Amino acid sequence: MLLGSRFACRLLAVFAATFSAAPAFASMGQPSPWQINFQDAATPIMEQIHSFNTFINIIIVAITLFVLVLLAICVIRFSEKRNPVPSKTTHNTLLEVAWSVVPVLILVVIAIPSFRLLYAQYDFPKADLTIKVTGLQWFWKIEYQTAEAPAADPSAAAATPAQAAAPQPDFEFDVRILPKEQVGDQPYLLAVDNVAVVPVGKVVRVQVTGGDVIHAFAVPSFGVKIDAVPGRLNETWFRADREGIYYGQCSELCGKDHAFMPIAFRVVSEPEYQAWLAQARQQFAMNPEPRTVADASVALGR
Amino acid sequence: MAKSTTAHDEHSHSDYPKGWRRWVYSTSNKDIGVMYLVFSIIAGLVGAALSIGIRMELQHPGMQIFGDPQMFNVFTTGHALVMVFFVVMPATMGGFANYFAPVMIGAPETAFPRINNIAFWLLVPAFLLLLISMFVPGAAGSTGFGGGWTAYPPLSSAGPEGHPGPAMDLAILSLHIAGASSILGSINLITTIFNMRAPGMTLHKMPLFAWAVLVTAFLLLLSLPVLAGAITMLLTDRNFGTTFFKPDGGGDPILFQHLFWFFGHPEVYIMILPGFGMVSHIVSTFSKKPIFGYLGMAYAMVAIGVVGFIVWAHHMYTVGMSVNAQAYFVFATMVIAVPTGVKIFSWIATMWGGSISLRTPMLWAIGFIFLFTVGGVTGVVLSNAGIDRALHDTYYVVAHFHYVLSLGAVFSIFAGWYYWFPKMFGYMYNETIGKLHFWVTFIGVNLVFFPQHFLGMAGMPRRYADYPEAFAGWNYVSSIGSYISGFAVLIFLFGVFEAFAKKRQAADNPWGEGATTLEWTLPSPPPYHHFSTLPQIK
Repeated sequence: MLLGSRFACRLLAVFAATFSAAPAFASMGQPSPWQINFQDAATPIMEQIHSFNTFINIIIVAITLFVLVLLAICVIRFSEKRNPVPSKTTHNTLLEVAWSVVPVLILVVIAIPSFRLLYAQYDFPKADLTIKVTGLQWFWKIEYQTAEAPAADPSAAAATPAQAAAPQPDFEFDVRILPKEQVGDQPYLLAVDNVAVVPVGKVVRVQVTGGDVIHAFAVPSFGVKIDAVPGRLNETWFRADREGIYYGQCSELCGKDHAFMPIAFRVVSEPEYQAWLAQARQQFAMNPEPRTVADASVALGR
Repeated sequence: MAKSTTAHDEHSHSDYPKGWRRWVYSTSNKDIGVMYLVFSIIAGLVGAALSIGIRMELQHPGMQIFGDPQMFNVFTTGHALVMVFFVVMPATMGGFANYFAPVMIGAPETAFPRINNIAFWLLVPAFLLLLISMFVPGAAGSTGFGGGWTAYPPLSSAGPEGHPGPAMDLAILSLHIAGASSILGSINLITTIFNMRAPGMTLHKMPLFAWAVLVTAFLLLLSLPVLAGAITMLLTDRNFGTTFFKPDGGGDPILFQHLFWFFGHPEVYIMILPGFGMVSHIVSTFSKKPIFGYLGMAYAMVAIGVVGFIVWAHHMYTVGMSVNAQAYFVFATMVIAVPTGVKIFSWIATMWGGSISLRTPMLWAIGFIFLFTVGGVTGVVLSNAGIDRALHDTYYVVAHFHYVLSLGAVFSIFAGWYYWFPKMFGYMYNETIGKLHFWVTFIGVNLVFFPQHFLGMAGMPRRYADYPEAFAGWNYVSSIGSYISGFAVLIFLFGVFEAFAKKRQAADNPWGEGATTLEWTLPSPPPYHHFSTLPQIK
């Protein structure tokens, strides 16, 4: 019992904290304490997810309250004491048809915006920039494909990325978690050593694959999540309309350090992006040795 | 089957084994049912202990009780496998279905009593293999399999990136044996229900629990072989150089996911359908009213069972499926909400106009209806691929499936336990302890799982041993809830102990006029041969 009362005290403290922390609910690019809703939207797709969520939440809360009220009425009004003689009703065709048809109508109402959202996510606009993200145990590798790309038909490229004239990768870098001592005022477990930089308002095509096991690339504020599967090249896209830093975490169990491989994007203005690009080309310049050829021969020898 | 003379009954005590032989050699559906329930309780304690370990780790940010995050993964994997295969399924399809489905349809036994025996006893080595698996080498430098109950390759493969040790192989063998056990049990129950109904017991007069068991047995029979195939391919990939799921050999890791979820989605209905049946009887009994819309209820379960087979890839919206395939699975998944809604509203309509007595089983049943509704509506949210993009593999999913399983299936199991306890054991449970058990569990599990919706919305991925500071608040609430739920388990055990210690004799029908199914016409507990003459159904 002592244990129980201690829990109760802690619970009270927790709930007191809940309400005092209420103003911290909104969040941009990362979660905030006691948050109960999605992270703020940085892309049109995430905005659409937000509005669909608001819409469907109204419906499901209404349904749940409806069921709760009906149960409460039953328990109170039809209790043994108040209603000692039970009715013998076992059928009501009209009612049974109604509770089959009304849910169908509700589902149709849900399905319309749902399909609109789903197809919007797969309506790939012409990409301004392509990055390739590879999930590895337990870090990410990001390749920037920014060299003057041939003006390939974007829809054809989206359909068959392997056959499209792929621009040469300019540079690549690893994204690893920052140890706790180094995070400073950044959030631990989200902060990374190399933040990928993308220009604001530009369509970024993200090609995703896995290097060892399945990982999942996800950035909540962008509304994107797609598995990084070995042997597959998946594709998604985002267009971040607000500058800032946005964190994501691996979202498919990938082994020991699954919780310790965040990824981060900094969305900046075009001039800042160009400046970063020039600097990054220097910093992450690919090894001039014909590394891929050497690797291939090793693989063949095996 | 025709042992109907009273003379035979008088020395029936000598025609069945006593002592340990009664249990080990048992061919009695009732004794086997009781063994399944005891097994389920023991496995449940293991599963609950693992879950409390998970919540202790997640109580605060930073690593708390596990030095190695992989050990956390082993705990989550073990918790899931134990709860699915060794707690919920043995309790519903093993325990209650074996004990009460034959009694309810007026059958003196199941069709294949010896198969019934081996089905139970296969479960014991299966469970032991799974437990041993946690203590043998798995991933490099650690023990146990930590790849989740879904066991997706390549993480479950034998390569250095996966689990090279024998832990995964033992887990595969464990699932094979548990699957064989379930398939045997299902064959037995299907045959019994189709062939051994008492005279006059047509399918359309059959109690809803028997319907639920029939549908569930078909789901098991059709889905488990697919799992067996998938994990056999995994086993040969691991040990014999095949490349079914290895991209470098022409295989496809996503193929495994399709096969797994072709089993895995029916599996979740396997866990909940028997609960639907039990809740129907309990709601009817304690409302003193027949079930409302009986045929609709029966065929809603059939519809759920059928549609349950064509929705599997809604677990895979993020694997890179074509958008049209995703749209199909959205549509098919939403369809399931309709028969489920029929069931919820029919339970309420059964209570409506009734004369409701809030005994312990009824509390659990009403709790089930409400919590299952909560889990159901979040399921409708998740069915939409567009929003699942944001919620997939977050704690929102964890909250959703625990609302339908931990709070749904487990509540129905406890409802059935209290409902049939006096019948099975001949003693009345203590009403106060039963109600206390309900309320403490209700508060505890809601504290565990409701905040997890918020964590998922905020973006906390599942299967994380550590999380950013921002998630600390709701995780703390969730952990406190888990300790309260753990305390409720102790209340449950005490209640069982109290009932057996006090030995309050239960009447043949302790629930009165509302309890109309055949088990209440028998003594409590029923004799070894419960129907010496077959009942006639009007």
